[in-house]
Amino acid sequence: MAKKNEKINWEYAPAPESTGHINLKEQYDLFIDGKWVKPNSGKYFESTNPANKKKLASVAHANEKDVDKAVKAARKAYDNVWSKMAPSERAKYIYRIARLMQERAREFAVIESLDAGKVIRESRDVDVPLACNHFFYYAGWADKLEYAFPNREVSSLGVAGQIIPWNFPLLMAAWKIAPALATGNTVVLKPAETTSLTALKLAEIIEESGLPAGVVNIVTGYGDTGAAIVNHKDVDKIAFTGSTAVGKIIQKAIAGTHKKATLELGGKSANIILEDAPLDQAVEGIVNGIFFNQGHVCCAGSRLFVQESVADQVIEKLKHRMNSLIVGDPMDKNTDVGAINSKEQLDVINSYLKIGQAEGAIMYQADCSVPSSGYYCRPTLFTGVAQSSRIVQEEIFGPVLTIQTFRTVDEVIQKANNTPYGLAAGVWTDKGSRIFNLTTKLRAGVVWANTYNKFDPTSPFGGYKESGFGREGGLHGLEAYVKFN
Amino acid sequence: MARLEVLKTYKIYIGGAFPRTESGRYYTPKNTKGEALGNVCLSSRKDVRNAVVAARKAFGGWSERAAFNRGQILYRIGEMLEGRKAQFVEELQLQGATTAKAEKEVNAAIDRLVYYAGWCDKVSQVSGSVNPVASSHFNFSVNEPTGVVGILADQSTSLIGLVSQIAPVIAGGSTCVCIASEDLPLCAITFAEVLNSSDVPGGVVNILTGSPDEMMKPMATHMDVNAIVYAGKDATMLNSIQEFAVENLKRVRNYPQDWMDSGAQGLHYITDLMELKTTWHPIENIGGATSSY
Amino acid sequence: MNFTEAFLRSIPIFVGINYQSMAKKKGSATYSIPDFSQSPRIDKVGVEERVSRFQKRSIKNEAKMQGLRMALNMIDLTTLEGKDTPGKVKQMCFKAAHLHDVHPGLPTVAAVCVYPSMVATAKKEVEGTGIKVASVSTAFPSGQAPLEVKLIDTKFAVDAGADEIDMVISRGRFLSGEYNFVFDEIATIKEACGKARLKVILETGELVTLDNVRRASDIAMYAGADFIKTSTGKIQPAATMQVTYTMLEAIRDFKLKTGIQVGMKPAGGISNSKLALHNLVMVNEVLGSDWLSNEWFRFGASSLANDVLMQIMKLETGVYQSSDYFSID
Repeated sequence: MAKKNEKINWEYAPAPESTGHINLKEQYDLFIDGKWVKPNSGKYFESTNPANKKKLASVAHANEKDVDKAVKAARKAYDNVWSKMAPSERAKYIYRIARLMQERAREFAVIESLDAGKVIRESRDVDVPLACNHFFYYAGWADKLEYAFPNREVSSLGVAGQIIPWNFPLLMAAWKIAPALATGNTVVLKPAETTSLTALKLAEIIEESGLPAGVVNIVTGYGDTGAAIVNHKDVDKIAFTGSTAVGKIIQKAIAGTHKKATLELGGKSANIILEDAPLDQAVEGIVNGIFFNQGHVCCAGSRLFVQESVADQVIEKLKHRMNSLIVGDPMDKNTDVGAINSKEQLDVINSYLKIGQAEGAIMYQADCSVPSSGYYCRPTLFTGVAQSSRIVQEEIFGPVLTIQTFRTVDEVIQKANNTPYGLAAGVWTDKGSRIFNLTTKLRAGVVWANTYNKFDPTSPFGGYKESGFGREGGLHGLEAYVKFN
Repeated sequence: MARLEVLKTYKIYIGGAFPRTESGRYYTPKNTKGEALGNVCLSSRKDVRNAVVAARKAFGGWSERAAFNRGQILYRIGEMLEGRKAQFVEELQLQGATTAKAEKEVNAAIDRLVYYAGWCDKVSQVSGSVNPVASSHFNFSVNEPTGVVGILADQSTSLIGLVSQIAPVIAGGSTCVCIASEDLPLCAITFAEVLNSSDVPGGVVNILTGSPDEMMKPMATHMDVNAIVYAGKDATMLNSIQEFAVENLKRVRNYPQDWMDSGAQGLHYITDLMELKTTWHPIENIGGATSSY
Repeated sequence: MNFTEAFLRSIPIFVGINYQSMAKKKGSATYSIPDFSQSPRIDKVGVEERVSRFQKRSIKNEAKMQGLRMALNMIDLTTLEGKDTPGKVKQMCFKAAHLHDVHPGLPTVAAVCVYPSMVATAKKEVEGTGIKVASVSTAFPSGQAPLEVKLIDTKFAVDAGADEIDMVISRGRFLSGEYNFVFDEIATIKEACGKARLKVILETGELVTLDNVRRASDIAMYAGADFIKTSTGKIQPAATMQVTYTMLEAIRDFKLKTGIQVGMKPAGGISNSKLALHNLVMVNEVLGSDWLSNEWFRFGASSLANDVLMQIMKLETGVYQSSDYFSID
């Protein structure tokens, strides 16, 4: 006779993504002029897995001379090959890169998760597919540019210097390289020092695709490497994604030069929940807005505004949902929140947790276990904050949410716009006319209504005010890489 | 006995009013023949400050007007300018132009206003987009005004440069603080009078006379100015503007154009001073007919 | 019921007052009946995104075995056909208690689910096994009969020994906006159930929108449902993850508001282990382990049991299985 009733506490067994079948070298050189070359200084630095602090590979540290070599290669490729090639042929190279990336999608996802600490579910379902699709999207533009700029004659700029951040390493590389190539420019790209590996794997694919030597050059290194790109006289365009502070330094450095720039910088985006919103989906949107990619997202919905009449209910639901998040090994397919990208970033986040508490805010952290080694932060929210709290004003770039309540629509619009940033915003309400009132009045480049943190190659992305200028993605993303004759 | 002519006092234009400069200073520009053009306000950085406050205050209302309405108002400015054509021709002559050239410039300025009037309610249609994202969302991008724009007007013309720089800014829904040509300031103030009688709300356009060198810094460093338009060719000036602009990431546009050129107009003069906003919303697939339900 | 009573009951607040004694019986505090036209709104695209997260959970090894055994133990093994006979029902009842005797130690299913006319037969067959007998009622599946008929139908099943009653709501009335009618009908049937637990079938495939699913869930729970159930199995689509998720959120909100725990039964379309595990993941993450037993969660299914058994044997033996080795009753 069988047992009648089995009530259990059901814990999921580990479901690790296999790290076999990936090809990672012990040491990576610089990819310049279609060849792998040793850095001039002979120096290498380590790329480690933030989930367990283990070394993954050594990566070359490029200096000014390496950058100069890369820019010269890019210039030569621009003058001799790429600018002269029929746009339809250019398109085919970009399509080919996209296909090769798709074929090796799993390998990219695994390496991205190992190197960046982001959960495999996200690298597999978000980062890598979006990166491939970005190449597909811009490939098709290469021979159709006259349709993008009616009544204006455009040409390419020349050599584009591109500096990308560590939060979406491969995706940001795609965002930068794809439109640059489609419009006929050549590229010198520097990945962030903590997350160079997928860009280097992309270099391998570029090599495999037969793209003419020098059209794309990948130089790895630290801030000094980036500075060498920004200051190089023969670079025609700087595209930077990263902090507002560094963005300003770059903008100052290129003042008075011919260099065209796009800057995609920080944010402190408002996510606004009105009382008539579909609350359970809104809670999901809050979670997706701030805990996606451990909150390492420039457009993260880090300032939550909830209408007072539903605030208690929303906060209760949110806490319940936070407690169901699985924090831990990024390689486990069931993990929802992975590792913080680096020790430095974890220190920054922890310092803000202290600041928040010192400011008198009430901190709540998800009731979950975190691995003892590696860099982790529990999903965190602060209530009892005001516009004047530092944790409300400053970008934390981690899984930390502040919650403010409001009474009227006018009040929340005012508070949401009361920031030097203007990257993104979220609005949750069941009423269409209210959505448009808010989405029109919020001063931000991307507004998600009844959803959050959605991205697509066809959708322009970029900020107002100190969140930067220029757009990436979509038809409007082309403008950053052309000049008008 | 001949009648004594009443001379015109040239004042500045802030928030829909015509104050004198708060500094009490004036200067007397001369034409090529050495004739004095009049006593003109030598505006100060505090005038810049006041003008930015007025422009910011006007921004909300102006940006939220229907594009159609902004078009009506721009057309009205053109009408009013046409009606006062003779006065502008006279001022241009006084400032050194031949009659033919003066008439040509005023005509060009009127035509340019009419041109941009027509753009107001077409910008989004041409420059916006509906983006076919792969997920179940409706996604569209539209241009929105950037905010308060500082304009350093063309120094080589009195009217056409000023009008060509102001019109696209206000057509897009931004408001502006405009620093007029230092040597040829007369038309700028008379144009302010045109604006003031053309249903343009006070503060949407503010016009200051005086030294661009002096006023550039307070304007380019001002944290509540969102963009700077510079029409000159001076590389040092441009470099300074770009450096000052960094602190709040002002958008800087440089137009070293010949504004009398019929090609010195276009949609991009409007969109250059606009931001692009992309909006997402889910699309529900209702019912049992789809495989996903 | 006289005119005055009928009039008062047509006003939401009075509807509530009539049945509050029932809520108290469940050991809860009193609660007021909400205006069902104001039930929370549901965004379907958001629901789909949430559901896809459950479907991406990877359940391996011991967690999978645990889940499969749980699923087996939560099944309401069902036969609801016009051609049902005592013979068919007897065979199914035997299967319910002897799922796969070559592998000892397996749980039984939770219940067998039959038409009222088969309740007596089923009750006799499962005696001593601990397996419950559930009966559909209220003119299943359409519910298009007068209340008197529905009451007789229900009482007949209860008198024949049904432990659980699976009633259908009047979807036509619901879609006409007659929420009070639907509420009253459920409350009346609940009274007729006596000790039998009441499962209320919303027939979500006919309600179409998730907003309606949510509203119907709220009506059923406030009217006294012990379980809410998606479908009759006669209408497609039936128990989609989106619908079940929406109902689980309603159950959670009801618990938070009233302190009363209500069970959930997705029925129709859950035919394999993978779907069953996805559903269990969803219950686990939305409601928590309090609902992870057959007292609070059921699968209404006829073919699910064998697929779960095959998966369990695959895990035990490491070899892919054939349906020839699993009995069909």
